[in-house]
Parts: sequence; C-alpha cells; structure tokens
Amino acid sequence: MAFFEMHDQDGAIRDCYAEVGRWIEGTGIAGLRRRMEEAEAIFRRIGITFAVYGEGGDPERLIPFDLLPRIFSRLEWQRLELGIRQRAQALNAFLYDVYHRGEIMRAGLIPQDLVYRNEAFRPEMMGFDPPGRVYSHIVGIDIVRTGPESFEVLEDNCRTPSGVSYMLENREIMTRMFPELFGRGLVTPVDNYPALLLQSLKEVAPPACSGDPVVVLLTPGSLNSAYYEHSFLADLMGIELVEPLDLFVDDGRVWMKTTAGPRQVDVIYRRIDDDYLDPLAFRPDSRLGVPGLFHAYRSGGVTLCSAPGAGIADDKAIYVYVPEMIRFYLGEEPILANIPTWQCGTPEGLDYVLTHLGELVAKEVHGSGGYGMLIGPQADQAALAAYAARILANPGGFIAQPTLALSTVPTLGETEVVRRHADFRPYCLVGKQMRLVAGGLTRVALTEGSLVVNSSQGGGVKDTWVLRN
Amino acid sequence: MLSRTAENLFWMARYIERAESTARLITMGQRMAVLPGSAYRDEWRSVLRVTDSAGYLPQGPVTEEDIVRILLLDPDNPGSIQSCLVRARANGKSVRTKLTQEMWEALNMSWRRFEGLDAAEARHELPALIDWVKTRASIFRGAAETGMLRTAGHDFLRIGGAIERAQMTLRLLEVKYYVLLPETDVVGGGRDHYQWTSVLHALSGSRAYHHVYGAVYTPARIADFLMVNRIFPRSVAYCVDQIRTHLGRLAREHGGPALCHDTAGELYQLLKDGRDGALFDRGLHETVQQCILLFNRLASELAESYHF
Repeated sequence: MAFFEMHDQDGAIRDCYAEVGRWIEGTGIAGLRRRMEEAEAIFRRIGITFAVYGEGGDPERLIPFDLLPRIFSRLEWQRLELGIRQRAQALNAFLYDVYHRGEIMRAGLIPQDLVYRNEAFRPEMMGFDPPGRVYSHIVGIDIVRTGPESFEVLEDNCRTPSGVSYMLENREIMTRMFPELFGRGLVTPVDNYPALLLQSLKEVAPPACSGDPVVVLLTPGSLNSAYYEHSFLADLMGIELVEPLDLFVDDGRVWMKTTAGPRQVDVIYRRIDDDYLDPLAFRPDSRLGVPGLFHAYRSGGVTLCSAPGAGIADDKAIYVYVPEMIRFYLGEEPILANIPTWQCGTPEGLDYVLTHLGELVAKEVHGSGGYGMLIGPQADQAALAAYAARILANPGGFIAQPTLALSTVPTLGETEVVRRHADFRPYCLVGKQMRLVAGGLTRVALTEGSLVVNSSQGGGVKDTWVLRN
Repeated sequence: MLSRTAENLFWMARYIERAESTARLITMGQRMAVLPGSAYRDEWRSVLRVTDSAGYLPQGPVTEEDIVRILLLDPDNPGSIQSCLVRARANGKSVRTKLTQEMWEALNMSWRRFEGLDAAEARHELPALIDWVKTRASIFRGAAETGMLRTAGHDFLRIGGAIERAQMTLRLLEVKYYVLLPETDVVGGGRDHYQWTSVLHALSGSRAYHHVYGAVYTPARIADFLMVNRIFPRSVAYCVDQIRTHLGRLAREHGGPALCHDTAGELYQLLKDGRDGALFDRGLHETVQQCILLFNRLASELAESYHF
C-alpha cells in the first residue's frame, strides 16, 4: 500500500493537510469541480499549452491542472532543500572534474568509458573554465516519495529542465481563485524565482563583460514545445527572448540585431540543445544555431547557461554514481538516496534484469519524458519479451529499477477525493551561490494506479506548498 | 528592441486589421446582394478583388458559399479571415513578451473561435461571425491602447495597422473608382446611390460622412472623404498622419529619420495637393495608384531602415 500523503497510518489527516482538508470539506466536491473548470478556462485563455513530441494531434494541448495542492511541512522541506543543494553542488563539481583532470575516474570510482565515450560528453569543453566554474545553472532534481520519511531521487536534469513556469502559474491561479487560502501567509511564496534566476545568470557574466550584464533567453522558436515557458520566463525577468537568427558573433562578442543596430549580449540562458547551438562547433547540418557562438564562449566573450556538455552529469548511466560523487567531492553522506539501479551494461546487472523484468521498471539510458520505458508489473508477456529483446540488442543502453510504491496525493475525482501517484521537481539555481525557492513542480498521474507522471503520457500538475511553520 | 520583434508587431497589426477589413467587405457584399435589381455577382467579384483574392475567383457566378470558403476559411488565401487570425496569432506568439496579457488573450481567443470551424456552420452563423471578428479587432486595439508600453514596439504596431487600413481604403477605391467617376454623377439613380453608399458602408463611414458633408452624396465628396479628409480614421490622409506621428517617434529614438520618413512625407504632400476638390482634377485613379505604390515602398523601406 502506497503512502497517502494526506493521512497518517491511522487514517487521520496529517497536520500539514489540516487546513486544506477543512477547505475541501467546506467547498464540497461539486463546488471544487466547478472551480476547476474555471481554472481550465483561464489556462486556455492565457494560452499555457504544451506540445508533445511525436504524438501528433493538438499541438496546443493543455496540461491538466489539479486543484488540490500537494503540501510539504517546513521540516520536510528543510531536509529536502539540504539534499537538493548537496546534489546540485556535487553534480557541478563532477562536471568540472570531467572537463579537467578527471580525478574521480582516476580514483576508479566511475568507469572512464562511461564518461568519455558518452554521447553527452563534449571533448570541446576540455580544459575550459566556465565563469564561476558553474556548468549547470539550473539543476532540476526529480524526487519521489515512498514513505513519511523516505525521499529518493529518480533522476537529475542538468541541461535545461523545464516546467518551472507551471510552478509559477499554478500558484498564480490558486492565489487568484482562492485568496482566502493564502491570506494568512501559511504558504511560502515562490514568485521570487524569476528574480533569483536573473541574479544567478548575471553572476556568471563572462570576463569580457563590463557593467551590468545583458542577459537574453535563447529559444528555438515559437514551435518548440516549451516555448510558452521561454516567453513566460523572459517576460518575468524583463529580458529579450531571442531566436538564433537574432544573434551573430563579431570580433569575439555576441550581438543581437535590434532596430537601433547591433547590441552586445553577455549571458545567454539557452533553451536549445548543445547540438543546435553552433553549426561551426557542433552539428554542421543544423539550421538552428549561431555560427561562432562556441568560440566566443571559450574565449570569454559570452556565457552559455547551461554549459555545453553539462548533460554528462544527468545521464542515466552516470546517475548511479551520484552518491559516490557526493562522498568524493564533498566528503559528505548523501542526504537524498538514489533508487537501486541495475545497469544492463554489466553482466550481473543484465542477468538480474532479464530474470526479474516483470517486477522492474526498465528505461533507456538516453530516453526522457517517459518514452521508451517499460513498467514490468503492468506489461503482458509479449511486451516483456519484446523489451527483453531490445535490451539484449544493446545492453549498455538500458537500466532498470525496482517498481516503487510511489506515494499518492489527494486529487480531485468525479465524486470524491482520490489518491494518485505523484513526483516532485524542485529547481536549484547555481550562480556565485546556490538559491532555491520553497516549492517546485508536482506532477501527478491522473489515471488510477498509473505510475507515469510525464505530461507527455497523460500526467497533470498541481500547486506545491511548503508551509511556513 | 529586436528587429524581429518590430517585424512581428508590424505584421501582427496588419493581419488583425486585414481580418477586420475583410469582415467589413463581406458585410458590404451581403448588403449589395440583397438589393433589388443590383448586379450582385459583380459585387462579390469586386469584394474578392479588393481583398487581393482574385486568384481564387471561380469560373461561374460567385455565390455566398464561395465567399465563405475563400474569404472566411481558406487557410491558403492570405486575405481570408481565418488565415489572417492564424498569422496574427503566430506573429504574436513569437513576440509574446512584448504583448500585454490582454492583447495576447484577444489574439488567442480570436484564433480559437475559428479553429475547426466548418463551412456549413460558418454560413449559418455568418452575420454573428462577422460581428465577432470586428469586436475582437476592437478588443485587441483597445488592449494595446490602454495597456501597451509606449516603446518603439507600439510605434511599429500602429504603423502596421495604419498602413493596412490605408491600403484597404485604397484598394476599395481602385476597384470601385469607376463608380465615383463624375459622369455617373448626372443620373443620381438608385443603383449609383447604392454603389456609393456601399463604399462608405464597407468602411463604416456613412454616418461620419453626413456629419462632415451633410445629407447629400456626391462622388467628389465621397472621394474627398476617403482620400484627403484628415479626421476620418479610415481615410488615407488620416492614416498617413498617424504613420508620420509614429515615424517621428521612431526617428527620435533611433537618432534621426530614415528613407521611409521621406516616403511618408511624399505621401503627405500628394494628399495635401488633392485637398479642396483638386483630387478629380489630378485624376482620382492616378492618385490612388500612386498612393498604393508609395505605401508599398514605405513598408519595404521601414523594414530596411529598422533591420527587419
């Protein structure tokens, strides 16, 4: 039986949910459902939509929003926060090490091949010191809960984790619709996130920058599935939202084309993959990208956030070693545990996974967004056999984890409050110091019993509260 | 401001304006189509020509069904309301950070109403749809008027809107100029009367006309009203005044005037010379054509001057 976050083991409402419990009671399910339709209409009117790659259909689909908040107590959050900061620090230390002396590989703690033959490794970055030695400026850590005291990390996102706009919009809409819930200041605000993000980005201005750094957000364009988020963040930070064609490199600096002629750019928060950043340095066939951008970066004319090659730290094959990184670089014990993971690339791992596939969740090492994964207990024989064949064809490309009893959170059903599995993604900002707002994105699997929370697979989102006391 | 942003704002305003103009022209066509004895087929045909949709003309007589298909729903016809709304929204979406929430919502809602609309439904609801398009355009402009920062972006938006509005008036005059030729003045019969008033109706100017020129319609006055009058917002001269105001602001922000400022000055002079009844002496058709050329030049010089 999965841990239901609203109740303790005796079925009584846990303290942190007391206030919301009274509110649900007072409003009634029918009343809440009516309000949810209102919320949905607002979302649609504002145009917060999410396109799903490769699924066809409506490219402007809404992510379903669930009205009932997910709540953490102050104490729970304090522990989470320490664990998140610790992890973000270790991941950045690892990245610096990978692109310099590789001490952790020399110490035999992580296999060299796993790093240096990894697709996410960028040899072009070797020996380069990014400003502040920061590679991943926004670290999104996906966390699941399996019991009152048990939080585990499912995966790390060191490139350009998305979803933070939902954290902000969910809170905004809840505040707008239910001001009475927030009036007494029980909930820690999250709306300073854009200001903290901008501050962090300015702190990593390149050596060539003099004066107040000019920061821009680089988007692939309005057809990108996360475009809404790009424009939303640019708006809240008051910075330009640029596309690759708006930028060019001249004399070692980056410029944007404006109606008054070229204007210098110092820091680029890029929401474009490494491959498409610069056709001269990376994929030559890319039609996106700014020629010469990488050279300008390496010569200190501009800062790219995140750094190219940061993806090596969030690779699913590297994930297994994050606890080792924490011990190695920080000399601390991990506060947040990893989930036990079998690597099919090792003989023991492969053997175990193939004999226990029916109990495991298997994933592609380079997959994301819930695509290409297998949930053993929910698959039939044919699906298991087909997946086993895929693993055998390329064992190094797969990992497997036990099927976790993910906690459930209260969710608004047709006639009652139902229990649905959820995960949590907080966003840790890294500049000269680390910053974290008290909250994050809670994703919830809206189908009964489902463990997949990805929005591309029918998941929804909720507001996440961290109580002040 | 980013050059691409300026370009997107400019075109967004043009598409919104164009959607509204097309809506007005459909109303004019409908009005003419129900008049006794009027050669309404020609009316629909001229509507298609004014909207630059002549390439979509069917072989036989033009029916209301054709109009709904071509001017309301055809995604490939850049003059159709549907494609104007889609393009306005696409432009708006790529500069969302430069729009207010209300402007974006106006664009987004307009687009959603036309999403998945089929021909039968559209014909059934035609008058309501037309009104709705006009209302949405007003909401959009109102949101810009009361909420948008007065930066260069606002100037590009207003210039785009004014160019498109002037172009619509000019194209209407180009297609209909024969109605306003002095010879037809003599008869003053029913059909001519309706023709003149239809031109005014298409530009929502019939009441305004009376306030300026009194009760009597004459071709010279109608032409004067639509071309050189400086207080009617759909007249070419008024649009040129607007454009010059906003170009002036741009010049102050960008360290001086550019080529497009000279062209706007030329337009101003041309219309000034047509005042006090001089329009017909100089040739209405010639003036209209000259204006169309100058506006096209102005638009391309604007893009060049501000790097888009």
